[in-house]
Amino acid sequence: MTETILWTVAILAGLGLVLSVILFLIAKRFRVEEDPRIDKVEAVMPGANCGGCGFAGCRAFASAAVAAPNLDGIFCPVGGNDVMKQVADILGYEVQEQAPMVAVVRCNGSCANRPKTNEYDGVKSCQAKAALYAGDTGCAFGCLGCGDCVAACQFGALRMDPETGLPVVDETKCTACGACVRTCPKGIIELRKKGPRGMRVYVRCVNKDKGAVARKACAAACIGCGKCAKVCASDAITIENNLSYIDFEKCRLCKKCVAECPTGAILAVNFPVVKPKPSPVEVNKEESHA
Amino acid sequence: MRKLTFPMGGVHPDDTKYARDCAIEVLPLPPVVYVSVSQHLGAPAVPCVAVGDKVKAGQVVAEPGGFISAYVHSPVSGTVKSIGPRKDIAGRPVTHIEIVVEGDEWAEGIDLSPELVPEIPTDRAAVLEKIKAAGVVGLGGATFPTHVKLNPPPESKAECLIIDGAECEPYLTSDYRIMVERPDEIVVGAAIMQMVLGGCRAVLAVEDNKPEAIEALRASVARLGYANMEVAPLKCKYPQGSEKQLIDAVLGRQTKPGALPISVGAVVQNAGTALAVYEAVQKNKPLVTNVLTVTGDCLSGEKMHNYLFRAGMTLSYIAEYAGGVPADAAKIVSGGPMMGKPIANLDAATVKGSPAILYLSEEATRRGKEGPCIRCGRCADACPMGLEPFLLNRLAKAGDIEALKENEVLNCIECGCCLYSCPAYIPLLDRIRTAKVLAKKR
Repeated sequence: MTETILWTVAILAGLGLVLSVILFLIAKRFRVEEDPRIDKVEAVMPGANCGGCGFAGCRAFASAAVAAPNLDGIFCPVGGNDVMKQVADILGYEVQEQAPMVAVVRCNGSCANRPKTNEYDGVKSCQAKAALYAGDTGCAFGCLGCGDCVAACQFGALRMDPETGLPVVDETKCTACGACVRTCPKGIIELRKKGPRGMRVYVRCVNKDKGAVARKACAAACIGCGKCAKVCASDAITIENNLSYIDFEKCRLCKKCVAECPTGAILAVNFPVVKPKPSPVEVNKEESHA
Repeated sequence: MRKLTFPMGGVHPDDTKYARDCAIEVLPLPPVVYVSVSQHLGAPAVPCVAVGDKVKAGQVVAEPGGFISAYVHSPVSGTVKSIGPRKDIAGRPVTHIEIVVEGDEWAEGIDLSPELVPEIPTDRAAVLEKIKAAGVVGLGGATFPTHVKLNPPPESKAECLIIDGAECEPYLTSDYRIMVERPDEIVVGAAIMQMVLGGCRAVLAVEDNKPEAIEALRASVARLGYANMEVAPLKCKYPQGSEKQLIDAVLGRQTKPGALPISVGAVVQNAGTALAVYEAVQKNKPLVTNVLTVTGDCLSGEKMHNYLFRAGMTLSYIAEYAGGVPADAAKIVSGGPMMGKPIANLDAATVKGSPAILYLSEEATRRGKEGPCIRCGRCADACPMGLEPFLLNRLAKAGDIEALKENEVLNCIECGCCLYSCPAYIPLLDRIRTAKVLAKKR
């Protein structure tokens, strides 16, 4: 009995030893030489493998960064400038700082603004809906509301607002990887400069119909009236195909267009709330109280 | 005699051709029509009239915008009021020419008399030119420009012209009505196309649930006595009206994936197209009218109609004339229940190939709750293209475009047999159609 156990252990141990030697020799013989910097670069990457940089994943990005003569056009949107600085240090390259970007949803066709004209009972997917027809509202350009973008986001930065039926971006989580932009069949999501302290102004509509048609379909549609372009001092607004677009490179965040827009299609976010001055009537009241 | 049909897949939906005995009625002219420049497959036509122009019925209002494109004619006489985007039945903006109707004056040279002209012209090029100038497109569903289809590349030889009178979709009866009421014109149209294709054989294929149409066409073929032409009854099976399935049924030849019918020596034209070719060549009449069925399971018998409409009348005008939208209609479809397109916008204008207005009740359109796939294989049995819809569904859900392509997703003809036969109510077609869009993009 003891002998059997001993033999078994001895044979297995011997086999293990022989095979490990073979494996060692094979590993030596077929060793792939790889730039050790690739591992180093990969180690500082966020590891999301989201493809936001345009490469297949973080390792592919690292290989490309090591192979490239400089870092022009190679940028990890998820890691941002911090990660790129580390990458540049490892590789000894110069890196140009890029302004952080964020995804914005350019549609305000909420259930209240944009009444339904028909009912969709197919698969709950924007792609399927877009393949079939223009959508269940009078607007052929806006959000289809099935949440393909939410499913595409790896960072949990998007959610559907049940009240409006529109996707909402969580700025703190959004890494501007662009997965939602590529997924949306209507192309309503855009990557825009985050802006100083997150302040930015943009047109929350992509409807290219003529004003009257767009307005009929959606109360918050851009009607291409051009008032915003006239009032803009920094020449940032262009009107094309009955649709206004604000160039975020030129916009100086004066917010004049926001007040001018007759349909409220232009949105300003993250501006500090100005405390409303107490109206004279109220002041008088307080005085009389005193 | 053994009845012909295609061997692989297919389903047998209820016939429900309730409007089969409703004779074709001519719709009165509306006050205004909207003529779409995209009434055919291919590049949209380019408007060649200006606002304020007076036009006559049958006058060209838009010219072809590319090789695969077609002329568009005014269906009415009147004044061009505007040219601009208007929503089509899917709700997508398409350029339309708005024409205010004044009287009913036709352009010169158009013969509106009902006399049959059975003499077949012999100048092939002139006939093709006439078909092109008349803006004839395939009326079987795809609206492919007919002059392109009738002019195959010189290295390929057409051996058989198949006139598709299968009308395999439930409910639809427009082809049936023209086959019963105007068989002579269809036969002459077929003979003209036969001549254009170099004197090949011609087969008029009709499903056996339309015995009156078969009889009418047979009598007409015998009376007119054109050479090399026959009527072939087909065993009823959906989707027999699909080009590849019809060729398989009639000739027993399989078309390779991605290949055109001409690669197996066949040219398929719809019965309605044959009539349009007849009118274009013998009567100089451009394609501005067609027959449309108003039917559905929530309409009573006397409210069903087969209308001769002019392409450009709005669907809502036709629906109003037919007695309004029934209160219990849950879905309105342009076409049959299997492949028809849902109408998202009833104000949309009809086009040359508008097949039907179909009102379906809540009961007929209700979708069952999606259950898990039980691997019964019914979808694979039903697929006339020999695909595996359950597998494509799984791959589409996973978003594996490469594997979808390997499994021939682009071969799907979107007939809906898989969805029809699935006992678990899995929306197979919805997912496969989406996958096709994504696969074409890559």
